[in-house]
Amino acid sequence: MSVVSEFRRTAGRRRTPGAARTGTRRGDGKAAAVFLAPWFLGLGLITVGPMLASAYLSFTDYSLLRPPEWIGLDNYTRLFQDTRLLNSLKVTFTYVLTAVPLQLVVALALAMLLDRGLRGLAFYRSVFYLPSLLGGSVAVAILWRQVFGAEGLVNAFLGLFGIEGKGWVSDPDTALWTLVVLHVWTFGAPMIIFLAGLRQIPEMYYEAAAIDGAGKVRQFRSITVPLLTPIIFFNLVLQVIGAFQSFTQAFVVSGGTGGPADSTMFYTLYLYQKGFTAFQMGYASAMAWLLLLIVAAMTAINFLASKYWVFYSD
Amino acid sequence: MRPDPAAGVHASRADARHGKPTPVEHHRSPWPARWRAFVKHVGLITLALIMLYPLVWLLVSSLKPSELIFRDVSIIPTEIDTTNYTAGWTALQYPFSRYLMNSALIVLGSLVGNLVSCSMAAYAFARLEFRGRQLWFAIMLMSIMLPIHVIIVPQYVLFSRLDWINTFLPLIVPKLLATDAFFIFLMVQFFRGIPKELDEAARLDGCGHGRIYLRIMLPLSMPALATTAIFTFIWTWNDFFSQLIFLTRPDMYTAPVALRTFIDSTGQSSWGPMFAMSIVSLLPVFLAFLFGQKYLVKGIATTGIK
Repeated sequence: MSVVSEFRRTAGRRRTPGAARTGTRRGDGKAAAVFLAPWFLGLGLITVGPMLASAYLSFTDYSLLRPPEWIGLDNYTRLFQDTRLLNSLKVTFTYVLTAVPLQLVVALALAMLLDRGLRGLAFYRSVFYLPSLLGGSVAVAILWRQVFGAEGLVNAFLGLFGIEGKGWVSDPDTALWTLVVLHVWTFGAPMIIFLAGLRQIPEMYYEAAAIDGAGKVRQFRSITVPLLTPIIFFNLVLQVIGAFQSFTQAFVVSGGTGGPADSTMFYTLYLYQKGFTAFQMGYASAMAWLLLLIVAAMTAINFLASKYWVFYSD
Repeated sequence: MRPDPAAGVHASRADARHGKPTPVEHHRSPWPARWRAFVKHVGLITLALIMLYPLVWLLVSSLKPSELIFRDVSIIPTEIDTTNYTAGWTALQYPFSRYLMNSALIVLGSLVGNLVSCSMAAYAFARLEFRGRQLWFAIMLMSIMLPIHVIIVPQYVLFSRLDWINTFLPLIVPKLLATDAFFIFLMVQFFRGIPKELDEAARLDGCGHGRIYLRIMLPLSMPALATTAIFTFIWTWNDFFSQLIFLTRPDMYTAPVALRTFIDSTGQSSWGPMFAMSIVSLLPVFLAFLFGQKYLVKGIATTGIK
């Protein structure tokens, strides 16, 4: 059904001898070459070629103006001495490890509320989903900058209760959390995936459990959660990969600086600054590979850990 | 194709609701069901209002004189004032229509590119037997998860060598080459659900793969193509990172990049015009959402795209 489960299946599949030959029709090879030509070109020229080039550049000093100069592992050793980079890693991990779980909890809670034969389901689903579509846009990031600004909506509301607010986006202690709130606000997309998953759970399980005297909480723990673990896992993997790459919101809210005091300096924002404002292309390439390693490692950890908590009924 | 789980489950739930309450229902609920539903709706509507409040406030603020925007949380407009829109439209170096047009051109190119190239690749993966199919398929799935940052630097170098910086080519050409692999996956899933008998019959009638793809698969895949089109539209319209990198000359700016320059180039006083242009740039996405909801929900439920 999903990319992740499909990936599990494809990656885990063993080739059985002879299986490839059965059903092979002559001429398909040629047709496949034609149909896949654009994709092959894209894979080579836009994806794999640049990946190899990026790997090479990461061992060079390159500013676009002069030819790349080989400097061996210097960029990589520099990575671990660059305090701003280490800070950006801390910021990014803080963001991923708080925003993703929070968003998934809210998404699941709302999906549960919307599940059982509720009237107006389509309406609620649309309203809750809309922010997911708009949330990544510059316009909403600008809106957020104002909502959490010193004279913004949040403070106006707090003022109603006599609480004095502050400039949430201009305070290093809170700026990152406004972005976490923005991420949680876009819970609609995972919520829809949860809704689809909840519908797959046969109603009779709940009926049987209720007859056995299981309460709501028990039903949630013993039926809903176990049967939903593949979906939770799927959402988790995709959201983690996506959250590591967050850029627009931090860029716009901080006016491109990652400030105040580097508190919203996401890793990708720092990479952008190094590559496209300082034109340290070699260093930016090394940063990109570190990002790839981190994302791959997080995904691998997710897949490995999934053996212990994800329950596949098939 | 995909079984519709909703159909079965809903039917049984509807029965349970309309029939007499079962003893089980009684046992479960200390409160009358109607009362519980009422509380639930009140809660959900409150939450929906909170979630939509910032957006509605943005819309209302864009219709107020700038000096009235702040300290006024109310979303009931006292009078409608469109000067922010006229001021915002011309506040930057070029009229905002220019940026909208740039965005529209990139969206159009991406749409055509994704629809053609992704559906072709999907046809091969779903229907053709060729050597290494599983391997290529796995590579395609892996490319979905590849962060763009790993390839953006060499891409920039490549495109600047080709003299493509400050043209739309870096943003459109990759789409013509099926680099949005998510849509390949989406269409493979859809194609697999189309009965094989159809294209086998066509083959017996002498159709080649080109014709089967054009005359059978594509016409039967309108929902998948619509999903691809709507998501491509919204994503490309919202895209910021690559547009920011490849388009640095103001006459080539897209709506999001132009919008962002409001923050740098103007002071606090122009919140109004900036909000007005924010609304303008959100409008196409909102309309795509209104008209494409069904496809958006289906697409997201099957593949998890957002």
